[in-house]
Parts: sequence; structure tokens; C-alpha cells
Amino acid sequence: MSTFTLTDTQCYHCGTENPKAPYQYDGKSFCCIGCQSVYQVLSSNNLCSYYTYNDAPGQTQAQSLQHYEYLDEPGIAAKLVDYADENITVVSFYVPAIHCSSCIWLLEHLHKLDKGVVHSRIDFLKKQVSITFKHQEISFRKLVELMVSVGYEPLISLQDVVKEKQQSVNRELIKRIAVAGFCMGNVMLLSFPEYLGLSSFEQQFRTLFTWLNLAFAIPVTFYSAREFFVSAVAGLKNKMVNLDAPLALIIAVLFLRSAFEIIAQTGPGFTDTLTGLVFLLLMGRWVKQRTYYHLSFKRDYRSYFPVAVTVLRGIREKSVAIEELAVGDRIFIRNNEIIPADAILMKGNATVDFSFVTGESEPVSKVLGEIVYAGGRQVGEAIELEVVKPVSQSYLTRLWNNDAFAEKDNSIQNFNDNIAKYFGIAMFVIAIGAAAYWFLQNDSARAWNAFTAVLIVACPCVLSLSTPFTLSAVLSIFDKNRFYLKNTDVVEQLARVDTIVFDKTGTITSPDAIGLSFSGTLTEDEKVMVASLARNSTHPLSREILRWLDPGLYFDVLAFTELPGKGVYGIIKSQQVIMGSPAMLASVSKMNLTKVPSVVHLEIANVYKGYFQLKQSWRPGLAGLFQSLSLKYDMHLLSGDNESDGNRLAEIFPNTQMHFRQSPQDKLDYISKLQTQDKKVMMFGDGLNDAGALRQSDLGVAVTDNINSFSPGCDAILDGRSLSSLPKFLLQAKDGVKTIRLSLCISASYNLIGVWFAVQGLLSPLTAAVLMPLSTVTIIVFTSVATHFFATKNSLT
Amino acid sequence: MNIIYMLIGCSILLALTFLMAFFWAMKNGQNDDMQTPAIRILFEDDKPTEEP
Repeated sequence: MSTFTLTDTQCYHCGTENPKAPYQYDGKSFCCIGCQSVYQVLSSNNLCSYYTYNDAPGQTQAQSLQHYEYLDEPGIAAKLVDYADENITVVSFYVPAIHCSSCIWLLEHLHKLDKGVVHSRIDFLKKQVSITFKHQEISFRKLVELMVSVGYEPLISLQDVVKEKQQSVNRELIKRIAVAGFCMGNVMLLSFPEYLGLSSFEQQFRTLFTWLNLAFAIPVTFYSAREFFVSAVAGLKNKMVNLDAPLALIIAVLFLRSAFEIIAQTGPGFTDTLTGLVFLLLMGRWVKQRTYYHLSFKRDYRSYFPVAVTVLRGIREKSVAIEELAVGDRIFIRNNEIIPADAILMKGNATVDFSFVTGESEPVSKVLGEIVYAGGRQVGEAIELEVVKPVSQSYLTRLWNNDAFAEKDNSIQNFNDNIAKYFGIAMFVIAIGAAAYWFLQNDSARAWNAFTAVLIVACPCVLSLSTPFTLSAVLSIFDKNRFYLKNTDVVEQLARVDTIVFDKTGTITSPDAIGLSFSGTLTEDEKVMVASLARNSTHPLSREILRWLDPGLYFDVLAFTELPGKGVYGIIKSQQVIMGSPAMLASVSKMNLTKVPSVVHLEIANVYKGYFQLKQSWRPGLAGLFQSLSLKYDMHLLSGDNESDGNRLAEIFPNTQMHFRQSPQDKLDYISKLQTQDKKVMMFGDGLNDAGALRQSDLGVAVTDNINSFSPGCDAILDGRSLSSLPKFLLQAKDGVKTIRLSLCISASYNLIGVWFAVQGLLSPLTAAVLMPLSTVTIIVFTSVATHFFATKNSLT
Repeated sequence: MNIIYMLIGCSILLALTFLMAFFWAMKNGQNDDMQTPAIRILFEDDKPTEEP
């Protein structure tokens, strides 16, 4: 433990700074009982090496415990496991807490904690752990609880039930590249003597070499290049010429001409160009396919919902899978659990936090018999509800499955596909023109030569390479600046945006740094009284007040009463203390107070003392950001909250249209209204409440403080700390498109040189073989140099 | 010079072997996770525990 650098006030497990160091064990301080118990588990099992690889490798364990009874239901567990036979079960979990080498070490030593675990393997980038265990010795639920006990809670959500296979596509592409590369290498080797000129003595090898070349060209054309043909045919069926159409044509022409020449023994053919072309094109595809394994852009409500919920049948509690939940079922929701379906409140005090659905930060109280919409999180005591609509038809899921989204993707035609059309037509006109000219000169052999040669050199391969290389360079620059795009197409979208819509809560306000302010004065004694009262309440505002006051000692509270949605009161040191909305207050002072959310009034012994107010703090660098953006872009602000912040917002958002009290559906409609005005809309949002609008917009960006935590389905994820760099990102995207256009000019000049030879029917295989890689290398070098030049200019590094 | 026929045959066979080896590695999942093994190799071997 030579490199131990933690101070005494930091938690030994998670590193959280806590000056009071409330928990001491083994001479080490811990921030909470959770961290301490993880340490106890590890130290009693000789697993303290966990702490030697990294200082404070754990995550804070301060959150409340979850219930895993549902994992005992065989039907639910069966959907989660990857493989099971009579002895062993294999299951893989997504564990968001995985972040360092200690995590890998500990999770791969799970077998030391329980003999039932046979083997565990981590995929670090995907934050996935795959565990093989003997289900006779450790049950599925016990395994999950074991992981929770060492601080690695797996994220089990409804989306896991349908596990997607995404790996196979990429593997297939790499196989195709391998075949193309293998054939290219061999063809180059066998073509080399031809380039240098064969002496008469060596002529005997020529036939063998050309036939071998043809043999190598066959797998390249029919296996490696298959997807170009498939995509071209699919495009033509939809009456569209995409970029793959001219590429497929060129590959076909190259192969046919080479085959004719080699079989008729009239020349060496163009197999070297063919194999090199396919190899480079596939490399371009591969660069384009770059993905972030640790980020998910496809999350929907299912990854937010739990897998199962507790249902009361008679007097018995039973865990039931969400999709089997039927109308009339009576569900039991504990503190911090999500209400999975629209339901009627039957029993208990419901204080539901709808911040994910509506964006409203304050929990809503519901009375018995009221409908509670799905997606809310119960805060406080356990409640019972009766389901009135199945999960698939609830308000939230309907918003998500809005039909408007289904057709959206096809409409996007990128720059390349547009160019490909003109490119293809120009290519054909020149080729047919050249052929016609030589035909009229009665030189039919030359006509055929010229026709094929034009098609070969006019190859738009540079077009299909410059785009992925440029855009992926832009992507990696964004990546370094904590802006993660779903794929390279999003860069082009970003360059085209002219309207920006912001959501308020969580997007431009930072959720962690909620501060409190008290208007009025309190003596030290009174502070302790308020804190003592707040300590008895589970309401989030009470907790916030308690955290803010943090007095260290407490008085006894008599006759504590909590009226849901109104406030709390109690008798402390024989004085009546009341906290809550104006309706709660006994004194005359209530006459000129109106009910404002997020405000708590305080009255001690019938004297009005003032009020607490929640302050939302803005993300840093906002003011300058909107000032500069509003010059170039049409700005809009949508908020689920009320207008109370309107004036302050107007200072930060000059020239911005603001709309308050927007429901998720309103936001979605607002975006589509802008789109009908032919605007390209970029939407910034955070929670589920923006999910519909994010999908509807041309470019949906989820702003989040922890990129691994939940974010709704979107095109890009932006780390909240980088929000102020937004204008730079927009500039960089535009420069990226500029780079592609410039590289197009360069490649066009190469093509013109090639066409000059080709129309005369003079294109030798050597010219083609030199010209093609030369232009490719130029383009790849140019795009990466240009992108980094622009990045420096935009001060993104 | 006839030896060239044999040499070319050998070289192609050898190259094919490597291609097959690559395919096998691919299918075996050796290229799926490029990050974790690099960290895993730095761990100390487990010390033998004192318990019997």
C-alpha cells in the first residue's frame, strides 16, 4: 500500500470527501454504512487487493437497497439468462459501476466470495460481466445480491429481456476485409513482374500469373464486394441511385474486363485495381462503423422500467413480469420504485416524482382513487394501486411508440448520395461518348476499351472514402471533448441545423447543484428546531432543507404530523413549528402568500419567519453561449416548469422564444410544427419527458452529467460540462463538410487525368494501378490533416 | 526456373493458412474485447491463502 494517497477525511472505499468521517472500521474511515459493509465483506474474504490497484475504487453506497424477490420467479429469470443446462447457468449483466482495473479484478474473483460461481469474465468497454454459476449452489437472486453486497449492482431492466445481437455484423465485415486484403496482397505480388516488364524468357509465367490473379479476383468480387451489389440493387428497386450503384458497376466492369482479357489472353487485366479498390472501400466502411460500446443511443422506456413488479393476489405477494401485468391487478410499489402502468391509487400516501416524465422537479401528491400515470417514481411509504391499462398502452409508452417516428429514417439523404446521382450520370455520358467516337472511327476494339476504361478511372471511390475518414476524424475530436455522436451521418446533420430547441430542467440547469436559500433570519436554536422537524419527514424538500442546515444536534419533536402535499408541523421545545405551503400556516401572514412550487414557508410559535426556496443553478458558461448562438440560429426554449424563472431566463436567453408548462406531447408537437416550416431542428433534452421530442427532431441530443447513466434514445449524447463548447462543435461539423467538398475537388482532378487517358483507349493497367492508390492516399492524408487543422482553429483539441 | 511454380504454390498455401488462422481467431471471439486483457495481465497472481 505504498501509493496510498487518501486523506483521513476521504472514504476509504469510494473517496467521497466527508469531514465528519462518521464510520470508522479497521482504522479506516467510510462515508456511509454501505461502503463500510462492502469493505467488511472484502476484508473477511481476503480480497483487499481490490484496494491496492487503485485508491478508493468503489462507488458510493449511499443509495437505498433494491428488492430482488422477482429473480426467484423462474419465468422472469429464464428471460435474463444466456444459457442454462442442468448444472450451470450463464448470465451477463450490464454493470454501470465498472470503471477501473480494481473493478475487473474484484468481479473476476467472485468465485472467492461464493463457491457457486464458476467463472466470471468482464468486457471493460461494454461494462459487461458474464458469469457462469452452478444454480444448485447459488440462486440467481443470491448471485445478484452478492454483486450488490460488494458494490456492483447490475442494471436489470426490461430492455435486457430482449437481448440484441449486434456483434455479428462487424465480424462479417472484418472477414470480408481480411479476404480482400489477402487477395490484394497476392495479386500485387503476382502483378509486379508485369509492371517491370517481362523478358521473353519469363513469358511462360505470364499465363500462370494472370490466371492466378483471376482466381484471387473471384472471392473479392463475389464475397467481399457482395454488399455493394446488394445495396445497389436495393437502391434501384426503390428508384434511387445511391453511392453504391456506381461502385457496384465499376467493380462489375473491372471484373468482367479482366476476365475477358485473361481468358482471351489479350492482356493482364485490372485485377490489381479491383482488389485494391474493394479493400479500400471496405476499410472506409469499417472506419464508418465505429461505435461506442459503452453508450447506448437506442434506449427507450423499457430500459427505465423494472423487469417485474410485486402484485398482491389475495393476501399473497407475487413478482410478476411487467408484460404479464393485466388490468385489475393490484400492484405494490415501495419507496423509490417505478409505477409501471397507469393505475388507480388504492391505499397509502402517494407522493410521486414525475421528473422523468414531465420535467417537473417537485413530487406530486395523489389522493385515493386518483389515476397515477406510468413512469412516476414513488417517494415515501409503500402504496397499493390497481392497474387500469396494460403497460403497452400507457400514456408514456404511447408517446414513445408514436407512428410519426417510423418513416423518419429513410428521408435522410446525405451529401454523398446526392452527388452519386450526378457522378453516375456524368460517368455514363463520358463513357458512351468515348465509345461512340471510336465506333464511328471504325475502331470497335478501342471503343470497348475506352468505354470500360472510363468507367474504371471515373471511380467515385474517393468519394466513398473521404466521407467516412473525414467524419470519423471529426467524431474522434468530438469524442475527446465529451460529445458522443451515434454515427458519422450525424456530423452532416449537425452541419445542416438551423434551429436549436432547449429543454430547461436538467438540460441547461445542472441537477446536482440544487441550492437552497432562506429569506428571513433564523437564530441557531431555530435552525436546530427546523432541522429536527425536517428530519422526521421523507419529503424531498425536507431532506434538502435538512442537508442544507446540517446542525449536528437535534431536539425532540412532539406531535409530529405530515399532511401530504401541504407540509409538516410539530411541537418542539413547547413551540409549534409549521413548515409547508401557505395553507398550512396558522397566522395572519398567509393572506398575501400564494402557493408557489419549490417554496417552503416557515412559522414558529405563530410568527412568520420566512421561506426556503430551491434555487436551480445554471450550467457554467451559459450566458455567452446563447448570446453567440442566437446570432446564427433560431433559438427556442421549452420547459415543463412554470414561469417563475421567466425573467431570469430572459437575461440568459436573448432573442429566444420561451414556452412554459409544456407536456411531453406539447414538446413533440412544437418540434413537428417547426419542421413543417422547413427548419432543421436540433433538440437538447435530458429525461424521458423529452424522449418524444428528441426522436421527432432532426438531431436529438441528450445532455447528461454521467454518460453511463440513463439517457433517452437520441442521436448524440453530450456531457453537461461541454455544453458551453456547443458553438465550436457546430463550426467543426460545418468545417467537416467543407473538407469533404475540398477532397471531392482533389479527387475530381485525379479522375480527369485518368479520363484523359481513358477516352483515348490508352489506359494501361499500370496507370490505373498507380492512379487509384495515389489518389486514395492523398485523400486520406488530406482529410485527416484538414480536420485537425480546423479543430485547432476552432480550439477543440 | 520451374521451381517457381512450386514456390508460388507453397507461398499461397502458407498465406491461406494464416488467413484461416485469422478466421478461427475471429470466430473464437479473440477480437471482440481488445481492452480488458491488456488490464488483466497486470494483476498479481493470487497469493496462496494461509487457510488449509
